[in-house]
Amino acid sequence: MAQTSHGVGGLTYDAKKRAWPAEFNVFLALVILVVIFELIGRVFLGDSFLFNTRENVSGIFNEARLQIIILQVSIVGIIAIGVTQVIISGGIDLSSGSIVGATAMIAMSFAQVATVNGNPNPKAMFLAQGWTDLPVIVPLLVAIACGLVAGLVNGALIAYTRIPPFIATLGMMVTARGIAKWWSKGQPISFPTDSFAAIGKGLMPVIIFISLAILFQLILSYTRYGKHCYAIGSNEDAARMSGIKIANHKVLVYVIAGILASIAAVVLSSKNLTAQAGMGVMYELDAIAMAVIGGVSLSGGRGSIIGTVIGSLIFGVIISGFTFLRLDAYYQEMVKGVIIVGAVVLDQWRQRRRAIGA
Amino acid sequence: MSDIVLKTENLTKHYGGVHALQEANFELRKGEHVAIMGDNGAGKSTFVRQITGVEQRTDGKIWFDGKEVNFAGPIEAREAGIETVFQNLALADDLDVPSNLFLGREKVLFNLGPFSILDRKAMRKATEAALVRTAVKIPNLSSTIRHMSGGQRQCVAIARTATFASKLIIMDEPTAALGVQETAQVENIIRTLKENGEPLILISHNMRQVFDLVDRIVVFRRGRIVANLLKQDTDGNDIVAYITGAKTGQAELQAA
Repeated sequence: MAQTSHGVGGLTYDAKKRAWPAEFNVFLALVILVVIFELIGRVFLGDSFLFNTRENVSGIFNEARLQIIILQVSIVGIIAIGVTQVIISGGIDLSSGSIVGATAMIAMSFAQVATVNGNPNPKAMFLAQGWTDLPVIVPLLVAIACGLVAGLVNGALIAYTRIPPFIATLGMMVTARGIAKWWSKGQPISFPTDSFAAIGKGLMPVIIFISLAILFQLILSYTRYGKHCYAIGSNEDAARMSGIKIANHKVLVYVIAGILASIAAVVLSSKNLTAQAGMGVMYELDAIAMAVIGGVSLSGGRGSIIGTVIGSLIFGVIISGFTFLRLDAYYQEMVKGVIIVGAVVLDQWRQRRRAIGA
Repeated sequence: MSDIVLKTENLTKHYGGVHALQEANFELRKGEHVAIMGDNGAGKSTFVRQITGVEQRTDGKIWFDGKEVNFAGPIEAREAGIETVFQNLALADDLDVPSNLFLGREKVLFNLGPFSILDRKAMRKATEAALVRTAVKIPNLSSTIRHMSGGQRQCVAIARTATFASKLIIMDEPTAALGVQETAQVENIIRTLKENGEPLILISHNMRQVFDLVDRIVVFRRGRIVANLLKQDTDGNDIVAYITGAKTGQAELQAA
């Protein structure tokens, strides 16, 4: 006799037969991936992927590698948080990489020092106006405003003209990249103030990524906004019939995605101490890939930030693993493509299996 | 007059040249369960769509709950207290039962605009209470609608209408796609609603079901109401005669 719990109306169900959360499978994939790299490393290189093998460093794990894994995904990870809530509510955002580029340029030009080595800062765009050595809040607010405006345009186009999100955000992707190049006529902007440079220093990107991930997981699980994201992605007609204001919600979803992309831009340009028009190219696809690998369904309604975070770690492990195996970056990109398609195929397969009631 | 929940006068709907509904006069009293029957295209669904604001009527008047009403859309009708269970269920597949019951009218702990914190415990409790009140059986409240059978989905949809102290429930063929047991479960819920004194309009093709459940039967034919009969004054053959047009009923209606 299976152990049963009581449901409503005297019916019983087998609590053990409940499906695993999808995040568990993603986590399992992460573990398997690490084990594979560990085994290959031990057999072919005589080195460990995960554990510390050097005499002069203390600790059980290879902490330097673990730091790199999470550090290199944390900036795209911030974008992926925004993309996750967009996809859950049934949309897609292709513009986040370009928003990173445009925001980085614009925000960085408000974060310039007045003098470099005793000379006037050659990169400061607003030197004549005296807009240099501004408090860090100024470039931060400028950045958030950039993300907000971009998101507002995306959301309004999608909610009110009813064009597909793919097209609306594709337009923003091209336009924002144009703005990034136009802002300083293609010139990189460097020499940020110390306070701006502190935002992306050391492990700060990781701390910001994890904090935002926790915040948005709570928002998706415990707030009306989160519930409506899932409802709209799951059945937009039902959501509309239930009185949810679909248009307003969609605008908010894309505004939040835009702001998260602009936060990523601040962290990235701060970390690199420079902003370039080409920053963030392909980030939108990496962010979507992290979400999809993390179990977010492209057809909407399913997924979580936890899943996306694990998906981003899988991403980081693959990149680090390839470096560890001394494979060229070319292979990384090829394999990335395969993994993205594979994750979507897996999602389709899972849905079909569910549809036939398995 | 005061115990009349819904009243329509000369309700008419034309789709271009098609007269889908003509001069429908209808009344529903408190606690009354009425069935609407008729062939496909007889005007049953058109009639319901005018009442629930899904479509705008060509002519006629509607009184609901003592007031003359002009619903601009289904949401207004719902806010006024008309709950409809649609043929294509308006449920979000990826949400669990409480989330679906409270979709669009969530209970909140702290009001922070769109980021209001949900009161999940209260919604779960209210869901359990609603399911008990309507005698709906759902094994696991936390499982998503996607994992449920057609009957369970229908039960959730019905429980949703009954949760919000609605003044009128309309069901459009609630058992059309269900198996025997599931149909029985839905019919039990309808009986529970009757005991609780909640008025109901039931659109159905199932003669047995109609005679089992309702007090009064209204027959539509070619866009007109051709019969309005108390259950005890009629039988299956009589109703079929009205549906097929073997009996026209103009005489009876005028006499009434």
